[in-house]
Formats: sequence, structure tokens, C-alpha cells
Amino acid sequence: MDDQSHQNSATENEMEHIEIIIGRILQIGVIIAAIVMLFGLILLLINGGNGGYPVGHQPTTISSILSGTVALKPYAVMMVGMFCLIMTPVLRVVVSIYAFYKEHDTLYVWITSIVLVILCISFVIGHTV
Amino acid sequence: MIQTMLIMMAVGLFAGIAGAILGLGGGIIITPVLTLMMGLDIKYAIGASIIAVIATSSGSTIAYLRDEVLNLRVAMFLEIATTIGGISGALLTGVLNPKYLYLLFGALLVFSGWNMWRKLRRGQEVMTNVKPDRIATKLKLNGSYFDKSEFKRVDYQVEDVPQGFLVMLGAGLASGMLGIGSGAFKVTAMDTFMKMPLKPSSATSNLMMGVTAAASATVYFFNGSILPNIAVPLALGILVGAVIGSRVMQVLPARVIRMIFIPVILFIGLQMLYKGIIGG
Repeated sequence: MDDQSHQNSATENEMEHIEIIIGRILQIGVIIAAIVMLFGLILLLINGGNGGYPVGHQPTTISSILSGTVALKPYAVMMVGMFCLIMTPVLRVVVSIYAFYKEHDTLYVWITSIVLVILCISFVIGHTV
Repeated sequence: MIQTMLIMMAVGLFAGIAGAILGLGGGIIITPVLTLMMGLDIKYAIGASIIAVIATSSGSTIAYLRDEVLNLRVAMFLEIATTIGGISGALLTGVLNPKYLYLLFGALLVFSGWNMWRKLRRGQEVMTNVKPDRIATKLKLNGSYFDKSEFKRVDYQVEDVPQGFLVMLGAGLASGMLGIGSGAFKVTAMDTFMKMPLKPSSATSNLMMGVTAAASATVYFFNGSILPNIAVPLALGILVGAVIGSRVMQVLPARVIRMIFIPVILFIGLQMLYKGIIGG
């Protein structure tokens, strides 16, 4: 029993470290996404609601989003912000792998890596189907 | 224009608070508001919902990680099931008749609502004296969290891992094919089948649903279904709401969360059964 409770507390300590690392990185990611989205929204307001593109259109390719962002077109900046937001869960998985690795939890390095691989496969399938 | 923006922010704020507390994606709030009230095409409403799920997930997970409410190992382990289910769902679209999925998963949610109501009446949040589950011990899934409404640390054990895994596989399949239930099934799998307490179930569901949604979100992002003028103010409102909600949830008694959860889950379940009966 003593042995088991000892093991439990070790696991808990490890978890605390991992969760704090992931939480910090996630927080940074979310803040960046929020700032970029807010900046785009302010640009949209300054432009009187004109997104910088014909009505009902928005940039959807990486190159058009990037060139629009350089030109400070509101919709392009907003798309960049949303893309950052979409990437935050992926970031969470990647950082988890690193955090489990740091804590020598091999089993969960594997489990989390499998999740990342499946996630990558679904990205590819999503863009071909 | 400014009016639309403010409405979206307000809707987002509300959806973010509710979503973070219940562990749901907020699609049940956002989709009807966008389609019925704002007259937006369903395609754009789904695009905005996907962004909403991710914003709720990431916004609330910051606090749930810091305060250690969620169970990261359970999340990662079950994430294998939801992502595989999600891929299968995307590939099976057009092969499998969604009618049966609506019926099956609608029934599952209604069952789960009934089961939650029994749990509420029994008045016991954490199952004690459960014998340690072999798989859960091996996978180090058992956890604990500090309940800020009872001012005590709650240790809990996880049961029936294979069953939970199976429900999650179905949950991924259903949300991949039907585009709904991003959170409802996840909470159900953990609370009803794996016997986890409601608070870690909801917090863990919040973490998981962002990962599941991220894959489909890029598809919607590049095919133009996500309108920036709608989705951006919505997402900003949700982020603020989710940060508030993830704090409120921790001080709410689990009983209260369950009382809000039951009618919501019954509503989603009955809506799905209805869709299945009239032919999806």
C-alpha cells in the first residue's frame, strides 16, 4: 500500500510539471491568436467594414493570406489570427509529447505521438476528400 | 456592421461560458443563432461553429491545466479513439446512412441523460469502493482534482476503459459524419461509462474537443466556409467567455452542473432521434 501511494504521488508530481508546461505554451498561443484577431478587427473598423476584398470574398490560399497581411488588409489579418487559433490544439499535442518525454513517461510519449500521427493523416485526408 | 459584430461577441461570450462549464462545443447555441436569427447559410454556420469549438477548448483549457482539473492521460488516450473515429466518419460519408447514426447516438444521449438523472438522485458524485481497474492502473488513468466548491481534494478511479474507448470511437465517427456532438458524447463516455466525476469529465472533454476539431477546421478554413467578419468577433467573445466559464465551473457544485447538463443533453439526444426518424 505504501509503495502504491508513493508511486501515486510521484505520478502526480510528474503530471503537475507536464500540465504547467503545456498550460504556459497554450496560453502564449491563445494570446497571440487573440491579439492578431483583435488587430484585424480593429483594422476592419478603421476601414469602415471594408475587408479589403470584394463583398463575400476572403483570401483562402496561404499566398493570398500572406500578401494580404503584408498589405494590412483586414480580412487577411483576421484569417491569420484564426489560423493561429486553429493551430493551438495541435501545438498542445506537440508540447505534450515533449513534456511526457521530459518526465520519462515513455508510454505516453507513444500514445501522444500516435495521436499526432492520426491528426496529420486526417489533415491530409481532409484536403483530398 | 458594428451591430453584427457586437451581437457575435455577446453570443460568443455566452456560448464560451456555457461551453466551458459543461464541456460542450457550443454548436447547439451558435448554429441556431447564426442560421435562424442572422439568416446565415448553414455552410458558414458550421464553419463558425468549428472555430467556436476550438476557441472554447483552448480558452478553458488554460485554467483547467493550471488548476489540474482535467485528466491529461485520459484525454490523450481517448484522443486516439476520437481521431480514428473522425477519419472513419469523413471517409464513410455517403457510404453509411446517417439516419441510423442519428438514431443510435440520439438514443445513447437520452440513455446518458437518464443515467445522469439517477446519479443526481443518488446524490453521490464520486464512486467510492470501486475496485481498481486493471487497464486504468496500467495506463495510469486514475486521477484527482481539487474541488473548489467543497474545498477538498477528490481522488477518483477510472473504470471500464474499453467501453469508454468504444464510445469515443463512435463519438468521433458521429461528429466526423454529422458535424455535431463534439462535446456531448465525450462527457457521456467519461461520466456515464468510465465513472469519472463530472468536473474532470467536462474539463477533459474541453481539452479533447479542440484537438478533434482542429483537423476539420483547416478544411473549412481553406475552402472559404469560415467568414472572418462573423467568426473573429465570435471567437474573441468565446475566448473571454471560456476563461470566465472555466473559473465559474470550478466553484459550482457538481450537482448544479449536472442539473444544467441533463436537460441540455436530453435536448440534443431527442433532436437527433427526431432527425433519425424523419430521415436525417
